[in-house]
Order: sequence, then structure tokens, then C-alpha cells
Amino acid sequence: MIILEIILVFVMLIGAVAAGIFKDLLNAVIAAGFVSFIAAILFYFLHAPDVAMAEASIGAALTTAIFIIAIKKTKRFEEDEEDN
Amino acid sequence: MRKIISFILIAIIAAGIFFSLQEIPFGAAKSRVREYYLDNGIEQTGATNIVTSVVVSYRGFDTLGEVTVLFLATIGLSAILYREKERKIKKRRKSSLILYTGCKFLFPLILLFGAYIFIHGHLTPGGGFQGGAIIASGFLLTMLGCWRWEGFNRNRFKITESISGLVFVVVGLLGLLYGGYFLSNYLPKGVPNELFSAGIIPIIYVVIGFKVGSEIAGIINDMVRSG
Repeated sequence: MIILEIILVFVMLIGAVAAGIFKDLLNAVIAAGFVSFIAAILFYFLHAPDVAMAEASIGAALTTAIFIIAIKKTKRFEEDEEDN
Repeated sequence: MRKIISFILIAIIAAGIFFSLQEIPFGAAKSRVREYYLDNGIEQTGATNIVTSVVVSYRGFDTLGEVTVLFLATIGLSAILYREKERKIKKRRKSSLILYTGCKFLFPLILLFGAYIFIHGHLTPGGGFQGGAIIASGFLLTMLGCWRWEGFNRNRFKITESISGLVFVVVGLLGLLYGGYFLSNYLPKGVPNELFSAGIIPIIYVVIGFKVGSEIAGIINDMVRSG
């Protein structure tokens, strides 16, 4: 079980870094939602089902949806910033 | 240059967090509050879910503050996004029959599941916040998939939210009247593991479920309607 948790933590780290790197904001939002989803699974493994439910419904579902609505109303791609 | 400075700042913050966390003995039984809750929780509050008894009973006043913060966030968001004149929303393509039927079929089931979660908050894992979020995701489904592309009437969410917030405060004030302090558990505790037990805890969690559900659904509704 502990090996599974270690793997999940590393997958979560990859998702978090990917959310920062992606230029396509839609991909970044999906990666952030993925991080929340893995966090919910980890909470469940750590015997905190209450927190896991809150994290899965708010973090993974509703926050992602709100961000996607916001992207739809603004711009999808991040612009390259000039290094000054 | 800017990147180097920001990297140094992040390194300093990380070192600070690392050294301050090193002081905490993780895993060691430092405080006796946890044992107190586990030993006396069911007896004192009547709720078998200890997390619920902490959130609603022992730390009920904090929960009132939490709900108030959510309320203020909703008010601020709708103040920013509100338009006096509704912009004409583009006519959307109607969704396919399978999507429409599935969405219509799932919506009441999601509402039922959310209601189950917050009604049984004192017995099983979950509670008002989780159930409210599930109900809000049901409303989100109707705005994405079936007959409510243009959103709902915003006043209904506001009315539900205000009434449930008022009921929370009134239940707390009645505790001041009957039990001697704000949010005291003045109703009979009943037998643990039964639906009608734990005094005012189920009432407060049902109210919180309505409040959180209407708040989050109202936030999504405001964003969808803002044109």
C-alpha cells in the first residue's frame, strides 16, 4: 500500500509541475484538476473520507469547471512574456 | 535577473517552511484534544461521525465563520459580474438526444445523492459542505448538458442562501436561550446511530447543505450568465 501511495505522490508532483509549464491554459486547468483528484485518493488512503469527498467534489469537479468557464470567456493561450 | 531574484526568494521561503516544520514532532501524541474527542465525542454530542461532532458542535462557531466567508465571496463575485441589462446570449445548438436524456435522468439522482450526504452527515462520512458541492455539480450539469444553457434566475439562489443562513443563526441563538451558550446542543441526543439523533447537529448540517449548494451553484450561474 505504501508503494502505491509513493507512486501517487510522484504522479501528483508531475501533474503540478505540468500545470505550471503548459502554455495552453485548458491543459493547465485539466492538470490542476488531476492533482486535486490524486489528492482526494490520497486523503481516502489516509483514512480521511470526509476531506476526500470535499476535495473530489470541489477541487476536482467544480473548480475545474469554473476555470474552464473563465477560459472560455477570456483567452485560451498564454502569451510569451518578454524577458527584460 | 528577475528570475534569479525570484528563485532566491522562493529558496528562502522553502528553507523557512522546512526549518519551522522540523520543530513539529509528527506522529507523536503531543496534544490530548484528539483523545478527548475520540473518547467523549459520541457521549457528549450523540453523533457517530466524530468529524461532524467537531465541525458542528465543538467548533460550531468556526463553521459559522466559514459559511460567512463563503457568503461574502459569493456577494463579491455577483457584485463584480452583475449586469443591469442582460446581454442577449447566443442561441446555442441543441444537445443531442442521448446527452439531453442522460442529463435529465441524472439531475434528480445527483440531487438525491447530495441530500443523502448531508442528511446523514452525523452518521456517515460527509456532511453539509460535501453534499452542497454535489448538489451544485448537479446544477452545473444542467447548465452544460440540458435545458438550462442560459442559467437560472439568480434571485432564487440568493433567497435560499439567505434563509438557510438565517436559520443557522436562529438555531444558535435558541441555544443561547435554552442551553446557556451560543450553538449549545439543547435538543435530546437520542440513540447514537439513528437518523433522528445528535440534537441540533442534523438540523445545522441540512441548513449548511442548502447554503453551500445554493452558494456554489449561484457562483457558477453568475459566471455562465455574465455573457
